[in-house]
Amino acid sequence: MPVLAVVLALLAIWYVGAVLMNMKLVRDGFEREETKYTTAELIAGTMTAERPLLAAPHQIVATFADDIFGYPPNSPRSLIYHSAVTLSATFLGFVMGAVFGIFLAILIVQFRTLEKSLLPWIICSQMVPILALAPIFIVVLGAIGVHGLFPKALISAYLCFFPVTIGMVKGLSSPDPIQRDLMRTWSATPSQVFWKLRWPSAVPLLFASLKVAITISLIGAIVAELPTGGQAGIGARLLAGSYYGQTIQLWAALLAASMLAAGLIALVGLTERAAARAMGARS
Amino acid sequence: MADKVTDVKADPAVRRLAVDVRDVSLTFETADGKVNALANVQLQIAEGEFVSFIGPSGCGKTTLLRLIADLEQPTSGTLLVNGVTAGEARLERAYGYVFQAPALYPWRTIEKNVMLPLEVMGFSDSERRERAKRYLALVNLSGFERKFPWQLSGGMQQRASIARALSFDPALLLMDEPFGALDEIVRDHLNEQLLRLWDKTNKTVVFVTHSIPEAVFLSTKIVVMSPRPGRIIDIIDCEFPRDRTLEIRETPEFIKIAQRVRNGLRAGHSYDE
Repeated sequence: MPVLAVVLALLAIWYVGAVLMNMKLVRDGFEREETKYTTAELIAGTMTAERPLLAAPHQIVATFADDIFGYPPNSPRSLIYHSAVTLSATFLGFVMGAVFGIFLAILIVQFRTLEKSLLPWIICSQMVPILALAPIFIVVLGAIGVHGLFPKALISAYLCFFPVTIGMVKGLSSPDPIQRDLMRTWSATPSQVFWKLRWPSAVPLLFASLKVAITISLIGAIVAELPTGGQAGIGARLLAGSYYGQTIQLWAALLAASMLAAGLIALVGLTERAAARAMGARS
Repeated sequence: MADKVTDVKADPAVRRLAVDVRDVSLTFETADGKVNALANVQLQIAEGEFVSFIGPSGCGKTTLLRLIADLEQPTSGTLLVNGVTAGEARLERAYGYVFQAPALYPWRTIEKNVMLPLEVMGFSDSERRERAKRYLALVNLSGFERKFPWQLSGGMQQRASIARALSFDPALLLMDEPFGALDEIVRDHLNEQLLRLWDKTNKTVVFVTHSIPEAVFLSTKIVVMSPRPGRIIDIIDCEFPRDRTLEIRETPEFIKIAQRVRNGLRAGHSYDE
């Protein structure tokens, strides 16, 4: 119930905002055509403007539904097509980023000296604005003949390995001294200590960081679609929408992006719950 | 009782030494200078004995146990376990160690926790299963194989950790205040069970405690220690039969030994105050 109330309140504010922001646009339209108009017509006009400043929610939903169901899924006008393009880059980037992030964390935990030498660079890598970096990636990779999915996935991976590394360094170092001493009393090998103690200890933090990583990975994939000039993907839709002033299309693409993000987090969440159950977590 | 005593104190040449500590010292380097954790410790533990280390905190009793386990290295002196160095003994998996906390791995079931050292040591799958069953039965935890640690009480968890330490059948059992966190009723019960276990399996047990009744009840030999620097101030033979029961705590002999331990602890403390 409280959730519903908040949603309704937000919708109401949105509609009021749409009326106020689009008012001038619609009035100018009427005056340009020198037709008489009533206030009711004016308000109705703000709800149906073709290129509103702020699109009304029902317009967004209608366009969204049309973009999804109105075209065959493989048509370049279908949002499903664009979502699939972005999603594949997101997944590939997420997998590459997660694997790389975990690899770095293992290096840092196994060789403590690396923490001092490696970590500043890792942090620096995240301080460079990705919007500036993305075109460089795309152009350089394009020049050596790598196009399409991989450069985008690389940018995703570049962004999303960071939370995984930070989370896993903490997770892999989380076993307490007694748990480690036990392994020593059994003369366990370093790889046994890793697989039987450090790795399982890190699983809760692994999932926490994967949840962050997968949304960042989606953002990375969308950002990576912008400098290519945007043939396909949600980023391309956003670019085209802003280029041609198609605000409703912009909003529909944003809606698709947020739904993808929610879906991806839910997917990681489900995996997390299955893992937790297998590992005897209190329910 | 008398013949039992001679039994325990049989010719030392015949009984192998499980632990042989010769003039061992350990100094820790800390931020505020050197700390003499142990100074010139001499101690011989024969196979089959039940030896308790007792003393106030900071007397180095846990440190001495950790030295025997090769979890710390002495600064000077020699320390042999089963006739070889502590490090070699650890690699030969000569001992099982029970810590103050059960430290069961929370993502493993009780059975899998007991099987963990066996996995590390490369026992076969069927052997692991068979041993987990056997040692869980030994500590009265049959039927709890599939439970996770949080589903068990503290005393049950500690029993599971004892089963884990016994699972690979080490001749030496090192126990660091294993029942310290438990209430007295559970502790009494586990003390009795531990004695039965020791009697049945013929293992050597080295047991750290700060409870005088516990030390006197369990031990064949009580090592009284004193802090700053950590050292042994008295070694008391405790000649009750191996199959002793809790009732011996009411006997005059028991009270006499307890008194001697208490006096030793007090003497070790006096120069402090």
